[in-house]
Amino acid sequence: MPKLKVDGIEVEVPQGATVLQACEIAGKEIPRFCYHERLSIAGNCRMCLVEVKPGPPKPQASCALPAADGQEIRTDSAMVKAAREGVMEFLLINHPLDCPICDQGGECDLQDQSVAYGRGISRYDENKRAVTEKYMGPIVKTVMTRCIQCTRCVRFAEEVAGVEEIGAIYRGEDMQITSYLERAVSSELSGNVVDLCPVGALTSKPYAFEARPWELKKTLAIDVMDAVGTNIRLDSRGRQVLRALPRINEDVNEEWAHDKTRHAVDGLVRKRLDRPYVRRDGKLVAVDWDEAFDAIAAVNAGSSVAAIAGDLLDCETMFAAKALVRNMGSSLIEGRQTGMAYDVSNLGAVAFNTTIAGVEQADAILLVGTDLRHEAPLVNTRVRKAIKRGARVFAIGPETDLTYKVEWLGEDLSLLGGLPDRAAEALDAAERPMVIVGPGALKNGHAAALKLATDGNLVRDGWNGFNVVHTAAARMGGLMLGFAQPGGIADIVAANPKLVFFMGADEVDFTAFANSFKVYIGHHGDKGAHHADVILPGASYAEKAGTYVNLEGRVQRGDAAVFAPGDAREDWTILRALSDRLSATLPFDTFQGLRAAMFAEVPALATEGLVRYDWNPPVLDARAEGSVTYPIADFYLTNAICRASPTMQRCSAELVHGQDFAEAAE
Amino acid sequence: MADAPHIPDEAETRARWGNFAWNEKNAEKAREILSRYPAGREQSASIPFLDLAQRQVGEETNTQGWLPVPVIEFVAREIGVAYIRVFEVATFYTMFNLAPVGRYHVQVCGTTPCMLRGSDDVLAACKNRGLAKGKTTPDGLFTLTEVECLGTCANAPMAQINDDNFEDLDYDKTVAILDALARGETPKPGPQIERQASAPEGGPTTLQAMVGENHDYRGEWGSAA
Repeated sequence: MPKLKVDGIEVEVPQGATVLQACEIAGKEIPRFCYHERLSIAGNCRMCLVEVKPGPPKPQASCALPAADGQEIRTDSAMVKAAREGVMEFLLINHPLDCPICDQGGECDLQDQSVAYGRGISRYDENKRAVTEKYMGPIVKTVMTRCIQCTRCVRFAEEVAGVEEIGAIYRGEDMQITSYLERAVSSELSGNVVDLCPVGALTSKPYAFEARPWELKKTLAIDVMDAVGTNIRLDSRGRQVLRALPRINEDVNEEWAHDKTRHAVDGLVRKRLDRPYVRRDGKLVAVDWDEAFDAIAAVNAGSSVAAIAGDLLDCETMFAAKALVRNMGSSLIEGRQTGMAYDVSNLGAVAFNTTIAGVEQADAILLVGTDLRHEAPLVNTRVRKAIKRGARVFAIGPETDLTYKVEWLGEDLSLLGGLPDRAAEALDAAERPMVIVGPGALKNGHAAALKLATDGNLVRDGWNGFNVVHTAAARMGGLMLGFAQPGGIADIVAANPKLVFFMGADEVDFTAFANSFKVYIGHHGDKGAHHADVILPGASYAEKAGTYVNLEGRVQRGDAAVFAPGDAREDWTILRALSDRLSATLPFDTFQGLRAAMFAEVPALATEGLVRYDWNPPVLDARAEGSVTYPIADFYLTNAICRASPTMQRCSAELVHGQDFAEAAE
Repeated sequence: MADAPHIPDEAETRARWGNFAWNEKNAEKAREILSRYPAGREQSASIPFLDLAQRQVGEETNTQGWLPVPVIEFVAREIGVAYIRVFEVATFYTMFNLAPVGRYHVQVCGTTPCMLRGSDDVLAACKNRGLAKGKTTPDGLFTLTEVECLGTCANAPMAQINDDNFEDLDYDKTVAILDALARGETPKPGPQIERQASAPEGGPTTLQAMVGENHDYRGEWGSAA
């Protein structure tokens, strides 16, 4: 533990820390462009120069200098000030003065640091260099003349995204950052380079010229595009969410978010359901709320009622739906829309027990039927990190590009019964082995994977190596609230209910409900609305406060950023009003009342943070066979919001279906 | 760059070079190169492989060779790294040609020592011989490039033509060399005046006793003062 002095303040830093980190521990701000905590050290912007004794009599780059015992660092000397001013001046030589038309304006590191550390004037009156724009895909807009060659984007693509498609070509003054042959970057994490870019070289294409950061209202929310529960900040102006940015949460998403999280928000203002509809003579007709409620009451369903929860729901909505169905005398509730019917008698057996951050500690990982890159991209990045630490990764399922080296064992789930020797030995020898079961294997391989975990001693003191990946943000919350029938949705179909509430459920096989009166309560005119007999317009995740439980069982809450459009209401208020009309009045009148009732029923939801499920796996018939098909065919179009989003449609057309947009964009 | 080289468009290069693979001789050589580096460090072979590939392209087109994108990708596949990583290397070094060049790649140094010693005359000779900077002559023989220092300042001005240096040039000597090359002859590389390598003109000015035979100077140390 080296001890050193920073501006006279004595600090002790961990072995291997850099001088820059030591300065931060001492509370000194060090300006930087290329250095980033989560990327490798490049040391090429020179902005972090400090004076170090003992050492050569010149300023040194603190980001690349290991802190050593007895060093004396000065960050406030004349030498340091001159060095920073000099570096700043060089950086600005070729940087255009186009801040007024630059989207980074107001949140630009170069702007901020030139104000704080620059000279205030320029002595340069030669011509500036200009660089042509590079095409990087539908998400990233480039203005490469603004680039200061920090190479953060290059390092991110290689180290975190695992997609080596960005690089620096040519050299010296001609050096340019580009994607390979100026093709679209095929990463689902490409939007992160926009956040990483310290200048306005890489900005967000869908958000171009939309707003200035200071005019946006910032709301803390939770992402619903997958089950990871990415912590996000929704930036809105007026009634529109303009962008979603990740918040730092080391346990969940670090500081990344995938492109769907970031850019599906433009789907929130398209194809919205903004008034109630009733189907008359086969056609949906706009009506007012009373008429819509009358139509539902006219069904006289009695207790023959069911509720099916969609993938994007918050716990409060699901709880209200459950309470309504219960008050009407039924217990038919289900959340696994696509017909999955795995055993949920023990939630530990269907949760991501290792925790997302825990993946990094694993030394042998077996992926079972999971296309992790598209089912949970931010879990995938953790697996990459585990590999960097030396973990071996095996996989059962059709081969697919997960961005890292995987030893594919085969496609058939029967392999779970007898793993090939190399995998079995690696898991046996591992100190922290883990198995990750994806949705593609849950149906036929869940029991066998559980047996593997129990027999293979994957669950041991202080380590639970059994993990299930879900793809729906509502899944764990729904399971905690009991949205699961033993036979899955088939049980509901078998009960043939007169009245079914589809709570934002779009992926259901609606033909099975031909005899039921279908009420769709949701926010987008998608598949569910097309099949509905009555549509009640609800609120999306950006328009209601809600509790979400991610795949590891982490209870998180988000706030409402904007109001739902038109007549749309927060879902629980719809259910509350409807319950009166159906004479099954719900026992809460406020959101707080709803939450209190929910907490009373499921106390685990009352506290934010990780719920510890007991590990008590059911003993099931462990035969497993059949090949795996990954459920996500098109990463960019997995739910109603992204299907309504032009950005996601473009991503899908270009990155999944290979349509060429490169030339049209210029 | 005003004299930006003409790179054929991608469809064209893919059609022509998409099936590029080592020829028999180079395959052997590639194996030998790869064996110099430990397993897991195949990326170290980027530069030798690119050079080998450029030479093979040269052989196949009877020119000095260049690196079409499919050939760069072939090299990347051979050493198992991402295309962009090899592309970065190929664009970084000026020795790799990103556009086709002629039979003879004439690289005239224009950096200060050569300029002071008359590289303008060399370039004028090239110009009058029909060579234009960044362009290949219509007969496909010569490509002229003005380059920065090639480290032969003692013999300035100089030009590198293919793998050989031609030093101590002036207008006439440059024309003579270009003419000889055009006729298919092989002019003598190195200094074009009477001197040994970069030794002084007209013979050595120091250690003269060493010219003919080995001489022990140690007995004379100190006496010169």
